[in-house]
Amino acid sequence: MTLAVWAGVMTLGGAGAVLRFVVDRAVARRVPRPFPYGTLTVNLTGAVLLGLISGLTLSQHVSLLAGTAFVGSYTTFSTWMFETQRLAEERQVWPAVANIAVSVVLGVAAAMAGQWIAGRL
Amino acid sequence: MALDRRELTAVFVGGALGTVARSVLATFADPDAGRWPWPTFAVNVLGAFLVGYFTTRLLERLPLSSYRRPLLGTGLCGGLTTFSTMQVETLKMLEHRHYGLAAGYTAASITAGLIAVYLATALVRRVRVRS
Repeated sequence: MTLAVWAGVMTLGGAGAVLRFVVDRAVARRVPRPFPYGTLTVNLTGAVLLGLISGLTLSQHVSLLAGTAFVGSYTTFSTWMFETQRLAEERQVWPAVANIAVSVVLGVAAAMAGQWIAGRL
Repeated sequence: MALDRRELTAVFVGGALGTVARSVLATFADPDAGRWPWPTFAVNVLGAFLVGYFTTRLLERLPLSSYRRPLLGTGLCGGLTTFSTMQVETLKMLEHRHYGLAAGYTAASITAGLIAVYLATALVRRVRVRS
């Protein structure tokens, strides 16, 4: 792996994180409820994108840069877990359970939808 | 929507570092859908622990700072962990009829992730606020 590829991984990883931050804020501002819709939005849209990328025939470097680096950084597991734990801590048990169930069910469905789109391209 | 340039820079730098660490580990990933995805599982659980630690410390223990949480939480932990890769890995397990592995991977990631946040939070709160 060349240095240029790793520089690309850093740049796209940084860009994915910034996009997540901006989208999360934009969603949270429009839906000011205690449910973490912002994280759900980035995670589901990211699952569609990664499903799409994984369904295409791409070179190893392109799939590392676009998939692992950019989309991987755009979505987040840590914030999803953090927000769920805090909901449970505040005795918001149903929103916490829903945050897990909806993410898991729609996450796999979103990845499937992405692969289906890739098959049509 | 007002965006603070310093905040965005902090998210970018943290995200770049977290992504490099995850991508290095991802090069060791086994492409076989019948195997446990250790690289993703490891970064996700580690990232959940770190975000619990950093965020609890920054919100409850340290003076307010405008760029530490974007740098360490949103950037570093967000870049280090990934939801999309986990979902695509699970989908591939399902497509190869490894239903037990898919269910076990999802359940173990979530259980370990929640325990990691809980333990990190408890660890920070156990230390009394210095006066």
